[in-house]
Amino acid sequence: MRIYVLLLLLLSNFSAISQNCNNTLSGKVIDLHDGSLLGGATLIVAGTEQTVVSDIEGNYTINNLCDLSYNIQVSHPFCLTKGILVKVNGNMTRNLYLEHHLEELNEIIVKGLSYNQKSNSIIEKKIGGDDLERFSSGSLGDALNSLSGVSSLNTGNTVVKPMINGLHSSRVVIINNGVRMEDQEWGAEHAPNVDINSTDNITVIKGAGALQYSGDAIGGIIITESSKVAVKDSLYGKTISTSASNGRGGSVSSQLTKSYKTGWFGTAQGTIKRFGDFEAPNYMLSNTGIFERNASFRVGLNRFKYGFEAYYSLFKNNIGILRASHLGGAQDQVRAINSSRPLIINDFTYDINSPKQEVTHHLARFKAFKRFDGLGKLSLQYDYQQNSRLEFDIRRGDNRDKASLDLKLTTHSVMLDLESKLSETLNLKSGMVTRYQNNVANPETGVRRLIPDYDKYDLGIYGILDYRLNDQWLLEAGGRFDYTFMDVFKFYRTSFWESRNYDELFPEIVIEESSNQILTNPQLNFYNTSATLGANYAFEKEYKISFNYSLASRAPNPSELFSEGLHHSASRIELGDLSFKAEIAHKFTVNFQREHDVFSFSVNPYINTINDFMVIEPTGIQQTIRGNFQVWEYRQTNAQLLGVDIDAVFEFARNLRYTHQFSLVKGYDQFRDNALINIPSANTKNEIIYRNPEFQNLRLALQSDFVFRQNEFPDNNFEVFIPETQTTEIVDVSTPPDAYHLLNFNSSMDFNMNEKSILTLGFNVTNIANTTYRNYLNRLRFYADDLGRNFLLNIKINY
Amino acid sequence: MKKVQFLATLFFTGVMLTGCSDDSPELINEEEVITTLTVTLTPNATGTAVTLQTRDLDGDGPNAPVVTVTGNLTVGATYTGRIVLLNETESPAEDITLEVEKEADEHQIFYTFAGLNATAVATNNDANGNPLGTKFTLTAGAASTGSLTFTLRHEPKKPNTGLADAGGETDISASFNISIQ
Repeated sequence: MRIYVLLLLLLSNFSAISQNCNNTLSGKVIDLHDGSLLGGATLIVAGTEQTVVSDIEGNYTINNLCDLSYNIQVSHPFCLTKGILVKVNGNMTRNLYLEHHLEELNEIIVKGLSYNQKSNSIIEKKIGGDDLERFSSGSLGDALNSLSGVSSLNTGNTVVKPMINGLHSSRVVIINNGVRMEDQEWGAEHAPNVDINSTDNITVIKGAGALQYSGDAIGGIIITESSKVAVKDSLYGKTISTSASNGRGGSVSSQLTKSYKTGWFGTAQGTIKRFGDFEAPNYMLSNTGIFERNASFRVGLNRFKYGFEAYYSLFKNNIGILRASHLGGAQDQVRAINSSRPLIINDFTYDINSPKQEVTHHLARFKAFKRFDGLGKLSLQYDYQQNSRLEFDIRRGDNRDKASLDLKLTTHSVMLDLESKLSETLNLKSGMVTRYQNNVANPETGVRRLIPDYDKYDLGIYGILDYRLNDQWLLEAGGRFDYTFMDVFKFYRTSFWESRNYDELFPEIVIEESSNQILTNPQLNFYNTSATLGANYAFEKEYKISFNYSLASRAPNPSELFSEGLHHSASRIELGDLSFKAEIAHKFTVNFQREHDVFSFSVNPYINTINDFMVIEPTGIQQTIRGNFQVWEYRQTNAQLLGVDIDAVFEFARNLRYTHQFSLVKGYDQFRDNALINIPSANTKNEIIYRNPEFQNLRLALQSDFVFRQNEFPDNNFEVFIPETQTTEIVDVSTPPDAYHLLNFNSSMDFNMNEKSILTLGFNVTNIANTTYRNYLNRLRFYADDLGRNFLLNIKINY
Repeated sequence: MKKVQFLATLFFTGVMLTGCSDDSPELINEEEVITTLTVTLTPNATGTAVTLQTRDLDGDGPNAPVVTVTGNLTVGATYTGRIVLLNETESPAEDITLEVEKEADEHQIFYTFAGLNATAVATNNDANGNPLGTKFTLTAGAASTGSLTFTLRHEPKKPNTGLADAGGETDISASFNISIQ
């Protein structure tokens, strides 16, 4: 270090002595925001009044400079004029960055162009702005449901788990504000812990090809993002409140952003949502209320060359689970399924009693980036998540108010990403991620652990190249490798351990044996490879066709490996398998689309072949002292899913447009030559929208939502002998409900309150006809009808 | 560079802090599971008591319950019945009957005879005067063979007209094959 200092002193001495006025300063003038080269910029050197203009590629050269500091004024028609101090010392190269006019920057944000493309050859669907705000009082899953090819696996109407092209849970990765959600997402009755109001834009990628996020998203990836904050002095925000008749509740969400032209910004946001029991057309759905409280904060500095951001969010949710869905064994199931009404219907209440879920999710993220000339944009991110999940069942005695499930999942990740422009036509995204996760199940519950205690370590590394061949063709290729190590402490029932032959297969993992349980320490390693290859061809200005092949590998999740016992909320015994290996999917998609002012469409067929697909299915009946229970066992099979998603928009008059969506997916178990369970049925959404920007921005929309009956399903019905009635009954857990049709109405109008504030009033009705229906993908469909008519009033103020 | 070092330090400190809890976890015995139902039928006149028992020590594990009946009932005899529920996964075994009797208003035991010429009536009630049924009187009729099923319902509708409209959740459903001789 000392040598450098000496050398530096020496050099500066030297230059001071030999004054030289033949220096040349050259470089490029570059747009600060998108990196484009600015031709025609004027540079004036203060003092010498020398003036030069940059050429078409942004190059400039200033001659005859001395070894002095110069103030150079740079101006360009599209940009703010800027003075730059340059210390000249010999011939120098220096790039100068200019900032767009503020007005233009705003326009960019309004148009939504501030969001980056996530993948070049896989179809992306986005929802943002007003369309997203209409779901302010709903959930992430509700909003996603409005996109073609996205459906949901529900537990009632408040636990909504997104499904992409027929796949869900661990096969769908959610990236919430840059952080991969780790929230016990494997459970079918665990909804994503994301406040829909904390996000401005949601992107769904129907495939695993966006390898910068993960290599195991066999179904797809959901990305929620916030808008970029404009680089100007400003204070703005919005408040949205929704009141709904069904559930007799509503939500209020507020957001405030302060920004400075120096690039500093801060945002605070909060949401509170409360509903009591919801109603089906003919009865109360007792104990289905919800109470949600969220807050998020963001501060950061946003410059073109560098920036950082710190983000924290808290999500807290209490969800009641339909009381009538909590059952004993098969005989209770028979009673519940055969009854046309739920077995328990009480008066309306806001109280949330057992069975219920209480979830708290903390998420903190710190991200910094810097652009290096010749290298690209380098980002470093650390994030922390803690998910506490409490589930309360109907219990007896002293345990009455104690949770049956009490899990704490903690995750730390560090990510390093580099986006480089290798040439004008070649871009490379590369990076790595390390992740540590720890799950602790609280032993105080007095119920054996559903998910065992474990430590998990992940290491991932990826690279994605995209190459623009010419104006028509864009090619993309990428690869990713992930290593996962799991260190697990699991108690097995001795009887199960022996019935599975684990005592002979895995004797080395036994640590301790007690009278009826065995403590084991499984240590599992998974080495997963994933890859993507795609092409995008654009022709005749408005047409685009893209092809993509993605290889994705997913390590089994703790539930698939370690389940072993009664799952109360499903009234069945679920068994995992310790010997599972990773499942590997090959998905091929084609997307053909036209973007046009009058008629636009996209057609997106796909085929997804999954080897060692993990599926849970009934395998028999188990006798217990509580009666008979159906046993569901995870097994691995080869599966194939194929389908098509269609979107179309037709602007048939100036203010009138028609939109159409159709989604179809088929899933097959290739070992059993049978349909896969829980595959969404075909559905179509059609909407007529009238919009008049001249009249208070009036918007009226009538939407029809038709869901076909699922005709392809495995027959998992079973017979059970009921001693009390001395009869043998069939427990019908397979037959899907009938097709249904729902009509919804949406309307809104804008009113200018003052120069800065706009008030938007909205009135919506869902299920206008109060249709009685049940959905195949609602886990409570055996016990109760779905939601009845609902009137909603939205008030939004932008300020 | 400083930032990188700082973050790396932060990360690994985090890993170490959370990763150090390497002690093996605590064993959980199911606190609520009922493993054993024992019914003692003591004749009001002379004779030997009959014990009916179903025992499922692994709860909802793969082993089926073990059912034992110690003898036959006598034609025309009257018995005092006593039901005891135990959780034998705990040591010493926990007597769940106490819990059920304490929360009598939320529980009821039903008796179902099939092919067996006998009747049973609960002899203990909850605070509201509705039957609980952990104690009962059984009257045996003419000679016959069939089954007797005990059903414990948690949070049934009370009062009710029988199992068919009681609702609630089944906590126990135990059948015994018996003869009256």
